[in-house]
Amino acid sequence: MATTASTFDEAIALSGTGGGAGPGRRGRPGVGRVLAWTALVLMMAVTLFPFYWMLRTAFSNGAFLAAEPSNPLPVEPTLGAFERVLGLASTADAQAQGGSGAAVDIGRYLLNSVVVATFITAGQVFFGAMAAYAFARLRWPGRDAVFFVFLTALMVPPIFTQLPNFLLMRDLGLLNTYAGIVLPFFFMTPFAIFFLRQFFLGIPREVEEAARIDGAGAVRRFFTVILPMASGPLVTLTILQYIQAWGEYFWPLLVGSDQSVRVLTVGLGVFRSQTPQGTPDWAGLMAATLLAALPVILLFAVFSRKIVNSIGFSGIK
Amino acid sequence: MATTNNVGAAPVVVGGSRRADPALRPDVNGSRRERLTALAFIAPALLGFTVFYFWPTLRGLWFSLTEYDVFNRPEFVGLANYRAVLADATFWNAMKVTLQYVLINIGTQTVLALLLAVLLHRLTRSTLVRSIIVLPYLVSNVVVALVFYWMLDAQIGITNQVLGWVGFDPVAFFGDQAWAIPTIALVNTWRHLGYTALLLFAGMLMIPGDVYEAGRVDGASEWQMFWRITLPLLRPILALVLVITVIGSFQAFDTVAVTTSGGPGDATRVIQYYIFDLAFQRYQFGYASAVSVVLFAILAVVAFFQLRLMRANESDVA
Repeated sequence: MATTASTFDEAIALSGTGGGAGPGRRGRPGVGRVLAWTALVLMMAVTLFPFYWMLRTAFSNGAFLAAEPSNPLPVEPTLGAFERVLGLASTADAQAQGGSGAAVDIGRYLLNSVVVATFITAGQVFFGAMAAYAFARLRWPGRDAVFFVFLTALMVPPIFTQLPNFLLMRDLGLLNTYAGIVLPFFFMTPFAIFFLRQFFLGIPREVEEAARIDGAGAVRRFFTVILPMASGPLVTLTILQYIQAWGEYFWPLLVGSDQSVRVLTVGLGVFRSQTPQGTPDWAGLMAATLLAALPVILLFAVFSRKIVNSIGFSGIK
Repeated sequence: MATTNNVGAAPVVVGGSRRADPALRPDVNGSRRERLTALAFIAPALLGFTVFYFWPTLRGLWFSLTEYDVFNRPEFVGLANYRAVLADATFWNAMKVTLQYVLINIGTQTVLALLLAVLLHRLTRSTLVRSIIVLPYLVSNVVVALVFYWMLDAQIGITNQVLGWVGFDPVAFFGDQAWAIPTIALVNTWRHLGYTALLLFAGMLMIPGDVYEAGRVDGASEWQMFWRITLPLLRPILALVLVITVIGSFQAFDTVAVTTSGGPGDATRVIQYYIFDLAFQRYQFGYASAVSVVLFAILAVVAFFQLRLMRANESDVA
């Protein structure tokens, strides 16, 4: 691409605020600009409304939802839905507020999701960094060919490999274990390798050379020079992979349906299909989805600048 | 990672690879010591690739040539599964449903994302605005599906309440054969819109500002500048975004699984859900593998033609 910006922030700075904005920039805001802002605000409102409605419903008393379906505020506000899905309410209380009375243990699913997503992310980032280092910084025969083959793994539709992977897990006796859910993602994801390799290539060679002259081997250089210098991208990658692992549904549905290892996504799916009284427990369902969405939203709130600015393409000629 | 419904896209920091690096020279093979170190560094990823990508790909191809009910040994049947696929009405229906889904999803998503990206590009550099826009993408498909399942409920969902005020009859968005696929496609548009827009926005930042300056001097309107400058110069990025979103869209599963389970009738039995159904509900692993090979082939062909048609590797900027 023609611009000389090497980071997203620089690109933004180069493009100037408003990207040399429309006719309205000089002088009074034109009609077009007002319309454009209206459209943007409208799109943000459409983006945010479902989150608000989830909140509103989660704090409502399920028994009264049908009576006031369009009340913009929580109906008969209560924490009952949260108590219910965390298994803290008695069956009678739960049923009085529109719950099914069946045991739902979102707390347990939360824990399972944390375990699974943490292991997957840790493995992907660490092993990904190792592989990326070998691809970016070490010289060995066949390196570029192997890198290309790794990248082709991105093209294979997941379902194609997941049917045989399911059989592998079954044969290894790993169905309904954490290991079974984690392993296929643990050692490598082409994306992590690709992502980090880009950064490692950008680190000036002299930096590593200095350490080499001091007698540091590749392993020490990796840990003491490369990883600290790439701490920013490593954090970004960690968050992206965590969010991805947190939202994974298909694979844990195949290998981890048992209550003891059931992750949030699978648990929510099961919860949704429990409708003994004909209608789902909407307040409970929204409380559960809120609890499921909250960790990633909080994570994002802390790191949003980093993540938002890292979204884009690279290496395109 | 697997099965994100739609954009499996790689968010990558812009412009990392431009610097030439001596290590990229292919003729240098390194010392013996360096080669061994490299092997150690690459070993975990190589293990993961071999065991969970390469080997299952071979196994999947083999299964597609067998009759395999998961409990007994697979039995070689040649191309019988593929012949059966061609004659399978449910498969063709799944293809039709998937295509409808992809067209609605990609059509609305691309147009709206372009609009949103242009608005961002011309109006603001606020990180907060972009954070809000990308928020839906951070929440899992399952959560999104459930929130909309509630909002679009036929009896007491807020959408039907609002429709009622305007004088429309309630719509069973997920329960009506005609509505189910458009509904699911639009739900996923909602989730992926902001993320797609940010990818396009990043591409727009690559367009030199002086091109717009020149356009303005020539008296071009915003409308003309979009069609004459932004869109042509964005083409390579747009092509890549389209390839990635289309491939993701073909693999929709989560939303269907959580809301309609393929129904009503076969109205939302998209191809991915059909494969899941075959393998894990009917235990026809061989046949399911054959269908997924067909899906794989279709995706490869689609990606190839998209890149060809949109000449993704040629930029007008450079």
